[in-house]
Amino acid sequence: MIGLSGVGFSGVTGRGMVLLVLTALGLAVAPLVADRYLVSVLTTVLWFAYVGQAWNVMMGFSGLLSLGHALYVGLGAYVSAALFVHFGIGPWAGMILAMLVAVAAGCIIGFLGFRFGVKGVHFALLTIAFAEVARIGFDHITWVGGSGGFFLPVEAGASDPLNLRGSPLLFYYVALALVLGALVLSRVLLHSRLGYQWLAVREEPDAAEASGVDLFRARMTAVAVSAALTALGGVFQAFYFNNLFPEQVFSMGRSIEIILPAIVGGIGTLVGPILGAFILTPLGELLTFLIEAGGLDLPGLKQLFYGVALVVIVVFRPEGVWPWLARRLRLVRQPGEGA
Amino acid sequence: MPIDYYLNIAASGLLTGLVYGLAALGLSVIFGVVRVVNFAHGEMMVAGMYGAVLLGGWWGLDPLLSAPVMAALLFASGWLLQRGLVNKFVERPEHMQFILLLGIATILVNAMLMLFGPDARNVQVPYSFDTVEIGPMLLDAVRLRAGAAAIVVAAALFAFFRFSRTGKAIRACADNPLGARVVGLNIDRLYALTFGIGAAVVGVAGALMTLLVDARPQLAPEYTLLSFIIVIVGGLGSLPGALLGGVLIGMSEALAGFLLTPSLKSLFSYGVLIVVLLLRPQGLLGKRS
Repeated sequence: MIGLSGVGFSGVTGRGMVLLVLTALGLAVAPLVADRYLVSVLTTVLWFAYVGQAWNVMMGFSGLLSLGHALYVGLGAYVSAALFVHFGIGPWAGMILAMLVAVAAGCIIGFLGFRFGVKGVHFALLTIAFAEVARIGFDHITWVGGSGGFFLPVEAGASDPLNLRGSPLLFYYVALALVLGALVLSRVLLHSRLGYQWLAVREEPDAAEASGVDLFRARMTAVAVSAALTALGGVFQAFYFNNLFPEQVFSMGRSIEIILPAIVGGIGTLVGPILGAFILTPLGELLTFLIEAGGLDLPGLKQLFYGVALVVIVVFRPEGVWPWLARRLRLVRQPGEGA
Repeated sequence: MPIDYYLNIAASGLLTGLVYGLAALGLSVIFGVVRVVNFAHGEMMVAGMYGAVLLGGWWGLDPLLSAPVMAALLFASGWLLQRGLVNKFVERPEHMQFILLLGIATILVNAMLMLFGPDARNVQVPYSFDTVEIGPMLLDAVRLRAGAAAIVVAAALFAFFRFSRTGKAIRACADNPLGARVVGLNIDRLYALTFGIGAAVVGVAGALMTLLVDARPQLAPEYTLLSFIIVIVGGLGSLPGALLGGVLIGMSEALAGFLLTPSLKSLFSYGVLIVVLLLRPQGLLGKRS
């Protein structure tokens, strides 16, 4: 599978590492100069970078296409929000149960899919079907508001980091920590025994099995890791936006937004989802801004743009922007460099 | 009395299911031949719905008469789409195809949202509220016409694949692309033709659907998934299977909507899908690969 054998950290030169560290530092100090709006845009960017990274564990590392990742976001969001609203349990504790529930859902899908040999488009549809079942199901669970939405109590000016209540700045740094944490975790996993098994399963499942890789276990762990990470993104979302609607949280459109950063940045690469989010979200925001400045009201334009981005990328840069960019930059800076 | 009631609901579900089945037939044709899964199928169907709504609004055209117009328009778009974009992806990894078509679906649904707005739109027909008495059943005239039209179109499609030279060539392509190429068939042309036919069929299904449901952009992803469910339940690549699956899903939705709450009816379809995927992944009429 050409296009998947991406450029990870391993291919990044010292120069690349410096660039990464500088980017991270830049993001760490960004709120000092950025205004409120910019911080909120950056928080959205980081959120998509994070969930994109989480999705990448399944598709990018293990070759399992999930088109229903909104399920894990939604489960994480609803479980942590319900624990907080109904039992007063804060998100730092609640996220453990949130992750467990998402992992359980992922394991059910994975078990059904892998045990019964559901492959390719059928597996993708299985993931969509479960997300849709959750969407319709949560519409009818009145304990968490049903289709009318579930709201977290908001106190103006509250600062209670222990319950993830506070200023936008708090959320910005939590999102940044999530992205860096997921990046490091992905890097560690990818260079572990498990990571090599994932890659083998992705490229040549039969050969991997013949050389002793337990396909079922490797795939199940990929689903579990991805579901758990994505659920954390859901916890963040619940406490950041303070409202949850099944129609939005579990929607097919949300699942597509989650897969976008990795596809645009580069499926199977470590930096790809982050780069993809940094390309897409600001462009989407800019588009919205321009349209509003022009006095027009066009709902759907941002999503239309995302659709165009998807088509353009998959036609012209199927391996994503990051592998291409990384190659280009190194070529420009150091032409005679070996591998 | 209660038996008549259930009979009535089952018959209504069957008629709606025929239109569902027609839509799924389009998906099945494209998958069976081009081997590409059309993730933009529901979007094409809703395009057919809006076409019928517009034609009805401008010239008071009955959706049954708009259907051939939408068939022609969607045939052309499907043909161009295959020629221009999808054909390059036939040999690419599966997930690339999905992503391409998801992108196209996203563009289509949001373009329709921008053009027509989120509100429901319908077509006025003089027989909207007429009912027809058949034995103990009382059926809506609109439903009867939509179902009958779906049968006619499906029959025409079956006849085309069974008897016409082009239809046979397309089937040869589906059975063995390499062999078809060897005997001198122009695969690229036949693929474009097939994608066009699939799009035309779903366009007709969309036009017919306006007799039963108001057009909304939000319907598009639902119809994509519904068509998938039907095709998988009936058997991927099996044309009679798609029709049978449509009827089954239509009837079970109608009964579930009556026995439970209407908003839970699609949950039932997903349940059916999950069970079929696990127990008989090749579908009811599909062959084991």
